[in-house]
Amino acid sequence: MNGDAISMKKHGGVEHHMSGRMIADKTVKYILFISAILSIVIVLAIAFFIFRESLQAWAEIGFSDILFKAVWRPGQDQYGILAMVVGSVAVTIGAIVLGVPLALGSAIFLGEIAPKGIQAVLRPAVQLLAGIPSVVYGLFGMVVLVPLIRQVNVPGNSGYGLLAASIVLAVMILPTITSVAEDAIRAVPDSYRSGSLALGATKWQTITKVVLPAGRSGIMAAIILGVGRALGETMAMIMVIGNSVVFPKPLTANPLTFFFSQARTLTGNIAVEISYATGVHESALFATGVVLFALIILVNASARWLINRQSGIQTTRQG
Amino acid sequence: MVNEKQHLPQSKDSAILRNLKYRSASQNFWFSIMWLAGLVTLIVLLLVIGYVIVQGGRTLNWEFLTTAPQGGLSGEGGISTTLGTTVYLVLLTLLIATPLGVGAAIYLIEYAGEQGLTSPVMRVLISIANFAVETLAGIPSIIYGLFGYALFVSTLRFGWSLLSASLAGACLVLPTIIRTTEEALLTVPDDYRRGSLALGATKWQTLYQVVLPAAIPGIITGIILSVGRVISETAVFFVTLGGSHRLPTSIMDGGRTLALHLYYLAMDTNAFDKAMGTAAVLVTLIVLINLVIDIISRKLTAKVRGG
Repeated sequence: MNGDAISMKKHGGVEHHMSGRMIADKTVKYILFISAILSIVIVLAIAFFIFRESLQAWAEIGFSDILFKAVWRPGQDQYGILAMVVGSVAVTIGAIVLGVPLALGSAIFLGEIAPKGIQAVLRPAVQLLAGIPSVVYGLFGMVVLVPLIRQVNVPGNSGYGLLAASIVLAVMILPTITSVAEDAIRAVPDSYRSGSLALGATKWQTITKVVLPAGRSGIMAAIILGVGRALGETMAMIMVIGNSVVFPKPLTANPLTFFFSQARTLTGNIAVEISYATGVHESALFATGVVLFALIILVNASARWLINRQSGIQTTRQG
Repeated sequence: MVNEKQHLPQSKDSAILRNLKYRSASQNFWFSIMWLAGLVTLIVLLLVIGYVIVQGGRTLNWEFLTTAPQGGLSGEGGISTTLGTTVYLVLLTLLIATPLGVGAAIYLIEYAGEQGLTSPVMRVLISIANFAVETLAGIPSIIYGLFGYALFVSTLRFGWSLLSASLAGACLVLPTIIRTTEEALLTVPDDYRRGSLALGATKWQTLYQVVLPAAIPGIITGIILSVGRVISETAVFFVTLGGSHRLPTSIMDGGRTLALHLYYLAMDTNAFDKAMGTAAVLVTLIVLINLVIDIISRKLTAKVRGG
């Protein structure tokens, strides 16, 4: 490529060629700079457009009526999203309760205990679990889980509801939590383990007393990322939660029957109604989006803070 | 454990021995629980995939793949047009996202360091850009959908179309492409860069002819990951792509992807068998994508080990 330049005898020829290369070099740098900045533009644009579209709802319905009222009846201009907030939070808690112990167990198993051969099977399996489309999980929930749950003899139990949604969601966040937590566990230096073992601790004592505390931030971050994923999941939730806009409550005197109650998530509310909503109704759906966006930013920021605290890994190469 | 016991004289405090036995029993107990957790995870995966493949496999045949769905509430027909729409959408989305994502990653890894050193403003801008990529990766897909709906579908009047959907989809996969490309660039040894620069090549010549070729497998991994993401995604396209069961004839036409078709079948019709058949196709595609990524990364680690 530089052959031409080298074969040129005249000094000016080389200089001319050099300056052409320099111009290309500069131009490319600016083009690349623009693409690097594009992410900032997109984040701002997302925030701007969702907020702008929601303005009408905040103005006409009012901040507290949207956030703290539980009645959602677009036909009568009532747009309280509290029932959906409760729905989203309830399935997220359900998914965390069911999914986190399993995910952390798998992460500890993968990072500390499993023989190489089993790691080689389980790690791709976890990856594959993360890749399966959410509608497939939703369909599996509809066809397998919902009929199973319907067998439980509680009046008003349709099978669809918080329990089905929590189980589906637990499976969906399992791979996220497992792989991030495993990374955190493997990031703990081996000298910690050797030190503990040399002091006479068993492997299990080393794991619980040394490795897990050392990887605490990363493991917490894994769980918080799982929470973020759970709050954001849409289609699978629509498919199994029943989408009732009524405030979820126990079906009988037994408080546990709360989980047989149908509900709706913030995400589901947006997706189900956006295609036909107009005017203030449409704006109220964007307001739902603003609430969700704010929740997620909060959750992700805390995860990011925790991850940085543990690793402090620098991603930029000092050129 | 066995060795430790042999070192302890019998006459010495038997409490130590008891303690050892207790600790080793406790370890055995908890280790079996951890084995169980790993096993359950594996079983969940096999259960979901196995069920979908076996049940869906009954519907799967050549006719199902090559006939068009009839749409409406009947649920009759195959999935040919949805396969076509999926291919269109994947191609269009990646056509938009790949150059932007790879470009951003090159800048953030190869230029950001020196730029940050020369100007504090740039340093701040670059750290904001990194934070933005991180933020984009965490935003749930329905928010991308809302954004696409507000900007592309309504404001720019692209309507429910391939164009709107691929633009929204490009925003969605952008962080994936940026992050994987960044990782790929970080694995290229600095010696490559120095060698090229020492020969008189400019920075861009070095990047284009030395660094990028070395990073290609990693970049391809990112692109394939994004293909999987677009194939699996539903929420974004649910609110930007319309949902017509016909094959789009231009980028201004709407349509439905495989995943969307599955959703419509499951929610609006009683054709659960067809939905399961579609799910089997989806899962097969995702398994294939994972296999390809696995092969590439195995080759990569082999190369790194081989020096």
